[in-house]
Amino acid sequence: MSVFNQSRGRVVQIIFGAVFIIILIQLINLQVFSAKYKLAAENNAIYRKIIYPDRGIIFDRKRRAMLENTISYDLVVTPVESKATDTLALCQLLNIDTVEYKKRMREIVFKNTSVKPSVFEALLSQELFAKLYENMYKFPGFNLIDRSVRTYPYNTGAQVLGYIAEVDTGFLRKHREEGYEMGDYAGMNGLERTYEKVLMGVRGIKRYIRDNKSRIQGPYENGLFDTTAVAGRNLYTSVDVEVQQLAEKLLANKIGSAVAINPKTGGIIAMVSSPNYNPNDLTGSARRKNLGRMLLDTARPMFNRAIKGQYPPGSTFKPLGAVIALDEGLITPSYGVSCYGSYTNCGVVVKCEHKNAGHAGNLRLALANSCNSYFSDVFRKAIDNQEYKNSTTGYLKWKEYMNAFGMGTKLDVDLPSEDRASVPDTAVYNRAYGKNRWNSCTILTLGIGQDKMTATPMQLANMMCVIANKGSYYTPHFVDSIEHEEAEDKVFLDKYRKKHVVTHASDTVFRAVHDGMHDVTVYGTAAAIKVPGVEYCAKTGTAQNPHGKNHSLFVCFAPKDNPTIAVAVIVENAGYGSTWAGPIGAFMMEKYLNDTIATDRLAEVERISNTDLVPAAIKEWYVRKDNQRQARLALEAANKAAEMNEEEENSDKNVDKNPGINKRLTEEQLEIAPSKEIPNKEKDSKKPLKGNIALFLHADDRFKVKKSKA
Amino acid sequence: MSSRNSSVSKGVDWTVVALYAILVAIGILCIFMVEYRSGSNWLQLFLGGKSNYSKQLIFAGFCTLVAAFILMADSKLFTAFANLTYAFGILLMLATFVIGKDIKGSKSWIAMGGGFNLQPAELCKIFVALALAKYLSMQNTDFSKLKSQLIAGGIVLLPAVLSRLQHETGLALVYLSFFIAMYREGLPAGILVTGLSFGALVVATLIVDPNILAITLTVIALLIIYFTRRQIKRNSKLLLIIIATWAVCVGVQRFAVPYIFNNVFECYQSQRIYSAVGKDYDCSQNKHNKTESATPGAKTFKPDDYNVRQSKIAIGSGGFWGRGFLKGTQTRGKYVPEQHSDFIFTSLGEAFGFVGCAIFLLLYLFLLIRITVIAERQRSTFSRVYAYSVASVMFFHIAVNVCMTIGLFPIIGIALPLISYGGSSLLTFTVLIFILLRLDADRQMVLR
Repeated sequence: MSVFNQSRGRVVQIIFGAVFIIILIQLINLQVFSAKYKLAAENNAIYRKIIYPDRGIIFDRKRRAMLENTISYDLVVTPVESKATDTLALCQLLNIDTVEYKKRMREIVFKNTSVKPSVFEALLSQELFAKLYENMYKFPGFNLIDRSVRTYPYNTGAQVLGYIAEVDTGFLRKHREEGYEMGDYAGMNGLERTYEKVLMGVRGIKRYIRDNKSRIQGPYENGLFDTTAVAGRNLYTSVDVEVQQLAEKLLANKIGSAVAINPKTGGIIAMVSSPNYNPNDLTGSARRKNLGRMLLDTARPMFNRAIKGQYPPGSTFKPLGAVIALDEGLITPSYGVSCYGSYTNCGVVVKCEHKNAGHAGNLRLALANSCNSYFSDVFRKAIDNQEYKNSTTGYLKWKEYMNAFGMGTKLDVDLPSEDRASVPDTAVYNRAYGKNRWNSCTILTLGIGQDKMTATPMQLANMMCVIANKGSYYTPHFVDSIEHEEAEDKVFLDKYRKKHVVTHASDTVFRAVHDGMHDVTVYGTAAAIKVPGVEYCAKTGTAQNPHGKNHSLFVCFAPKDNPTIAVAVIVENAGYGSTWAGPIGAFMMEKYLNDTIATDRLAEVERISNTDLVPAAIKEWYVRKDNQRQARLALEAANKAAEMNEEEENSDKNVDKNPGINKRLTEEQLEIAPSKEIPNKEKDSKKPLKGNIALFLHADDRFKVKKSKA
Repeated sequence: MSSRNSSVSKGVDWTVVALYAILVAIGILCIFMVEYRSGSNWLQLFLGGKSNYSKQLIFAGFCTLVAAFILMADSKLFTAFANLTYAFGILLMLATFVIGKDIKGSKSWIAMGGGFNLQPAELCKIFVALALAKYLSMQNTDFSKLKSQLIAGGIVLLPAVLSRLQHETGLALVYLSFFIAMYREGLPAGILVTGLSFGALVVATLIVDPNILAITLTVIALLIIYFTRRQIKRNSKLLLIIIATWAVCVGVQRFAVPYIFNNVFECYQSQRIYSAVGKDYDCSQNKHNKTESATPGAKTFKPDDYNVRQSKIAIGSGGFWGRGFLKGTQTRGKYVPEQHSDFIFTSLGEAFGFVGCAIFLLLYLFLLIRITVIAERQRSTFSRVYAYSVASVMFFHIAVNVCMTIGLFPIIGIALPLISYGGSSLLTFTVLIFILLRLDADRQMVLR
């Protein structure tokens, strides 16, 4: 029998061999050709903990920190691991419903895959963090990750400093090579954006091995692949926090802007755009809500008017017009015109405030009296310059001057999205009047800072720097130096350390301009505006504009003989330059030069700060918006009450226990809801009275309109 | 004493002994890899007897002792006691129904005291191998007769049925491997072919849409009828056979398989089988599941292919060269369940990669081929049948265990011989192998 079946022994061996070959083939398939298993293993077992470095701090000129870092916590989820999570309990803690939970999870998986950790709820409040921390064991797949969050001890400079926010898909696409990941925070505006690379530092990654229950087993490969976090570097700016705060205070309840620059360095001392916001509103858990509200706000608190607002410079332009003519050699400081209250050489009448003879007898007088005729004349001289063939080339030369002074071009300040404002190109006039059909008369009012010319407040301040420096300027900038400056930073900052010489006019010429501007403060339009112990030069402006009441403008620099601060102030639709913009500029200079405001002038600061100059149209918008909110809240409350009623009908017990609960609830909601919007941090004493309509522009209620003045 | 020693060691196949020793050592190493935690004092744990690898070391020591005893024994003993031990084994298995200890949902263990448990179904493999060898080597057995084939089948299937009743499906399946040994002894190849065809049909049922499969089977039947129409004219019985076969196939495919999966198997078993062929099984169809979920408050059990997935990930992550000794992240992270016992192959796969696995599997193959070579050189039928039984059982264990870790076979609790943690398993294979070595040493003797 055994002999008979001998061949079957071979068959058995072949079967053995065949099965082993099948196994080996599958092993090759698994181990050699399928990369996905290796990847799955990494996702399984390697936990990459991102170590966020501290962002760099931004200091003012006296090394005071304008912003600081504190720790906040994010709730982070890895969707694949979160299957066993007690969804209901989590939703209850976060105060969301399961629909919202599912929606967020879908979004997270869609945006960032289900194996990478993503932020589920960012910037938890202290209270919520405590609650979650106790219950984390119920939520596998969820983690509390600490991250550094900005705080602003001085509550100031929001638009300048910018804000940081979680990167979105658009941002990731734009900055693909820079190593950002979903859930990272990046500077989105202001200095935070410009100096993102400096402030960010270098993120570190620690790799851990974790087990099947996500417990850390130890470092992966003994930390071989770990990278250490390098803290962001600090920025040292030229900002003076106190001047900045003062300027913000003065511009409260107004729409406008103020910029102060140190002409000696180009360093910006203060940059304010009003309305602004409390930078602390854009950190923490209420961030999203506040951001949405501010973006919709018609007064645009996030819009930095100092570099983006375009205003006709009006009379503040006159010193510059004079400098151009002087530099071209068209006039001398002793040049004068005879003005009898208007300039009529062009057929149209340009009115002048003064009629008395000799008020424009020379440059100094003309400046002091802000003679429209004089500067119209000077402007026409520049355009109709004999050296150039026609008014177009004359205009181009004039425009070249303007651009050299930084008007109508970007100054390249270290903030993103600066506007160049406008010194119109010839094409603009060609279009408006036809080619060669316009001349110095058609565009006459350019000479007094009107027509199609606009400038940003920063450009105006820079213009003051040029005049204060007698023909040169440094590009305005915030950052003086960067901690541990690297070659790359040096290249960037060097452009702010280069002096731009723009005129060749002599000192004497400038002295005449300075004297004229000084006279403005002695007997001219700014005679009433004093800076204790300081001789300063200034020019007021009252710019006509198509949007309503005249803008109030003021440019100045001080001290007269050795200027260290140049200021430009604009208050929209506020009337005369000397009434509102002037005092604001003066207070800023005083604060900067004297380090304090004289005590007898403090009341004036308060008065200006409290004066409401917001245009009626904007106020109306707030009233309407507020009414809408009230109506919505009332509707919600009514709905809620209706629901409660139904419940009461269903269960008789509740009726006895909670009589009138509906009514109380409705009232509470109506009352509490609006006031929640304004956490009154600064001026608790000024809480809105009943009947007042609060403007929800600011976290502090500096921007509120009192309907019934108490 | 020295003559005694030389007589014990004389004729022993040292190749097999060496392979045995190497494999047991690899086993302990693998368990160590699974249990190792960085920072712990492993030497102390090794000697302390608390950890699984040190326990396995103790088992190995005990097995060496047993092996020595077996080698010293008289080979006539095994033929003489073959039937008796078989009866003892069956009794032991029956006893577990009464005194059995419940471990991991299977009441197939007998507590031995001192924390050690014995699984009779495991040991019974030895007894079945001996009994089968004994029966086939009896002079009055003519294995070409159906009666003998049925008796031999009965000897093998009785413990299988008992194992199944103890919910040890894996162990029950192992007994099927004895059919390979029987095939060597003359069992018609048709039975194996039919069995394999039936397996193929079941798999096809799971993968292919029922209607398409039914149509395919019909088409095949019609084609066969068409090609054999001449033979059918001569012999009309053939047509009947073909039609009957077709009817059985379609019946199995349409009714039997769904019935078995929904009513006989537990939900998790159906799930595992389906996942092995890459499909999802809807547990709501399962009868067991329905009765379970009917009890209020019971958490609905949702089985999935976690085990296979993690096992494949661990092996796949090893790559060509492996991650290195103690560097497997999946092993250290305990991602693979039951990694020290049934899924021990994964730790090897992750640490030493394809190269390690191939070498390891070739060791096994070498051992198996060596055993068949030993079998063929036996003069007595008893020794040969026994040797083939050992080879078959080991082959079945290895093939099924490795295949289930790499996703080629549904997950059933079958250990990797000599490697997996577990005293019963190690002891069983030690006894199986060393009895073979004893018999082989005495291959000049004719045993009946």
